[in-house]
Amino acid sequence: MIPGLGALTQDTLWCFSQVKGTVEVGATEADIISTVEFNHTGELLATGDKGGRVVIFQREQESKNQVHRRGEYNVYSTFQSHEPEFDYLKSLEIEEKINKIRWLPQQNAAYFLLSTNDKTVKLWKVSERDKRPEGYNLKDEEGRLRDPATITTLRVPVLRPMDLMVEATPRRVFANAHTYHINSISVNSDYETYMSADDLRINLWNFEITNQSFNIVDIKPANMEELTEVITAAEFHPHHCNTFVYSSSKGTIRLCDMRASALCDRHTKFFEEPEDPSNRSFFSEIISSISDVKFSHSGRYIMTRDYLTVKVWDLNMENRPIETYQVHDYLRSKLCSLYENDCIFDKFECVWNGSDSVIMTGSYNNFFRMFDRNTKRDVTLEASRENSKPRAILKPRKVCVGGKRRKDEISVDSLDFSKKILHTAWHPSENIIAVAATNNLYIFQDKVN
Amino acid sequence: MLSKGLKRKREEEEEERETLAVDAWWLDPSHAAVAQAPPAVASSSLFDLSVLKLHHSLRQSEPDLRHLVLVVNTLRRIQASMAPTAALPPVPTPPAAPSVADNLLTSSDAALSASMASLLEDLSHIEGLSQAPQPLVDEGPLGRPAGGASPSLGALDLLGPATGCLLDDGLEGLFEDIDTSMYDSELWAPVSEGHKSSPEDGPGKEVGPDLDEAELDYLMDVLVGTQALERPPGPGR
Repeated sequence: MIPGLGALTQDTLWCFSQVKGTVEVGATEADIISTVEFNHTGELLATGDKGGRVVIFQREQESKNQVHRRGEYNVYSTFQSHEPEFDYLKSLEIEEKINKIRWLPQQNAAYFLLSTNDKTVKLWKVSERDKRPEGYNLKDEEGRLRDPATITTLRVPVLRPMDLMVEATPRRVFANAHTYHINSISVNSDYETYMSADDLRINLWNFEITNQSFNIVDIKPANMEELTEVITAAEFHPHHCNTFVYSSSKGTIRLCDMRASALCDRHTKFFEEPEDPSNRSFFSEIISSISDVKFSHSGRYIMTRDYLTVKVWDLNMENRPIETYQVHDYLRSKLCSLYENDCIFDKFECVWNGSDSVIMTGSYNNFFRMFDRNTKRDVTLEASRENSKPRAILKPRKVCVGGKRRKDEISVDSLDFSKKILHTAWHPSENIIAVAATNNLYIFQDKVN
Repeated sequence: MLSKGLKRKREEEEEERETLAVDAWWLDPSHAAVAQAPPAVASSSLFDLSVLKLHHSLRQSEPDLRHLVLVVNTLRRIQASMAPTAALPPVPTPPAAPSVADNLLTSSDAALSASMASLLEDLSHIEGLSQAPQPLVDEGPLGRPAGGASPSLGALDLLGPATGCLLDDGLEGLFEDIDTSMYDSELWAPVSEGHKSSPEDGPGKEVGPDLDEAELDYLMDVLVGTQALERPPGPGR
C-alpha cells in the first residue's frame, strides 16, 4: 500500500478493524449515531448521537511490535454536547440529536470542533491535562484561603505530572439564529468564520462573535404558501473562502460568491441535470432531492447524493454531472413502497477519499458502496457483526434483482430497510473508513500487504 | 417503517396483465407497460396516501419542512395528472378513475389549505419578522373554477377530497376555528357537481329534506363569513 493514496485498485481489500457500540438488539434510540467525522489529520474520529452526546476516538501510536494493528482507535473523550430544550414561545421540544460535527484545523495543543443540533451550534475545546501545579502557599491545610497578612513568602508552584485527563469545555454557543432546522455546518478556509444552514437560510458566523450572525442566503418566500423548495446541505469551498455551495430539495446546486453581494440569493453558478423523461414518475422530485453535497479535496469537483445515485460535478460545467453512479438502482421499481414507509425520505451522506479517486456512500441492509472514479469499478460491502473477526477481509456483497439468485446474493425483497448506513467518513490520507450502522461504529482498514 | 424487507410479492408476468386492471393497487408508472409515458394517471390510493402524509406532517408540532414540501409537490403532481383537461398520454385507465377524478377536483378542501397556510404563516410570524399580512390569492371555494388546476392558486394550496375519513380521525384540531356546520351540510358530498349544488341533490344527506332555502342561505353566509374572517379580502374577490 502506498501511504497517502487511496486508490481502489484490484489489490485493495478491506478488512474489519474495530466496532464500537453495544451488541444488544434493543439498544436505546439515544445511542443511534447521527454523524461521524475524522479531524484533519485523521488522528481523531468524532461521533455524535441522538442523545446529544459526542464521543471522540483517538488513534493510538503505531508500535513496531504490532505491525498488523495499524493504530486502533480508542475512546479519548466523551461529553454531552446538547441537551433537550424546550422552546416556550412555540411550545416545542428541541431535539438534542447532533446533526453534524465539523473539526477546526488544529492550531495549538487543543482540539476544537463544532457540533450542532437543530437550532444551536456549539464550539467545543478538547484539551489534555497531564500536569498539575502544586505547592501553592495560599491555602491552609483545610483548603481555606489564608489571610494575606500571614503570607510572608512568595512560593512559585511547581508542575508535577498527573494522570492524563481529557476535558471538553464549551467555548462558544451560537444560538437563536435559526428558525428552521439546521442541516449543515461548514468551517471556512479562513479559519475565522463558518456557516450554518437550515431549511431556508444560511448564516455566516465569526468564531469570536456569538450574539450576531450574517444572513447570506434566504430562500424563504414572502408568502409561505409559495414554498416549493428547501435547502438541504451547504459547504464552503476548501480553498476559496469566498465560495460556497448549497443544494436543494429539487436536485439543484447553487454556487455562490460572497464577494458578489452581501446577500447571496443570486447564485454565481447553477447546477442542474435535465430530467430523464424515461425515468419520470410521481416520485421524481423526491428522489432527486439532494441529501448531501461535498467538495472534493482539490476543490475542483462537487459530489452530490440523491436517493438512488451519487453524482460528481465539475465546477466548470453546470448543465450536467460528469459522472453518475448508481447506488441501488434496484429500488427504482419499489419507490411506491418506499414512499409509503417513508424510506424514500432517508438522507444518505457521501464522502471522498483523500486523493479524490474513490467515493463512498451508504445504502440499506447495512450495505455501503465504493466507486473508483478511475477504474470505474465499484464494490458493495456490509457492516455487520458476523464479519467482525479481527482483520477479516470483507467479502463483496451483491443484490439480486430478479431471476435466479446465486448462493451469496441477497434478493431485493429480503433487504432490511431498518438497517441503513446514512453516515460514513474516510480518513483524510489513509484507507481507513468509519461506518455508522445505527448504534454501532465500524472501522475498516485496507489490508496491509 | 417496515422492519424487515419489502415483502410485496409482485409476479412480473401478472403485473403486465394487471397494470390496466381496475383494482391495481399501485399504478406504477415506472413499469415497462407505461414507462414510455410521462406520469400516468395515479390511483386515488396514492393520492389518499399523500394526503394522509400531509396531514401527518402538519400535525407535528414542528413539521419537517423538507418532508412537507416534497409531499406537497408530489401531491400536486398527482393531482395534475388526475385533471381531466391535462394532456394525458393514451394510456387506458381504469374506468372508475375518471369519474372519481372529476369528483375530486370539483370538491375543494379550503379548510385544509387554510389550516396549512395558517400553520406555515404562524411559523413565520413567530419568528418575529414583521410581515404585512399578505392577501392570499383568491381561493374561496365559491370563486374557484371547477376542474383543472387554477393558475392563481398558491403552491401549497390544494384541491383535495374532503372525504369523511380525513376529517373524522381526530383532526378537528386543524379546523377548530372553522364553523363545523359546513361539514354537516353535505356541500362536499362526493357525487355533487360543485360547490353550489344544493344538499338536496346529494345522497345520504345528514341534513334532512327539511333544509329550506333560508337555511341554505345561512350556511352559505357562514361559509363566506368564515372565509372573510380568516383573511382579508383578496384582489380576486
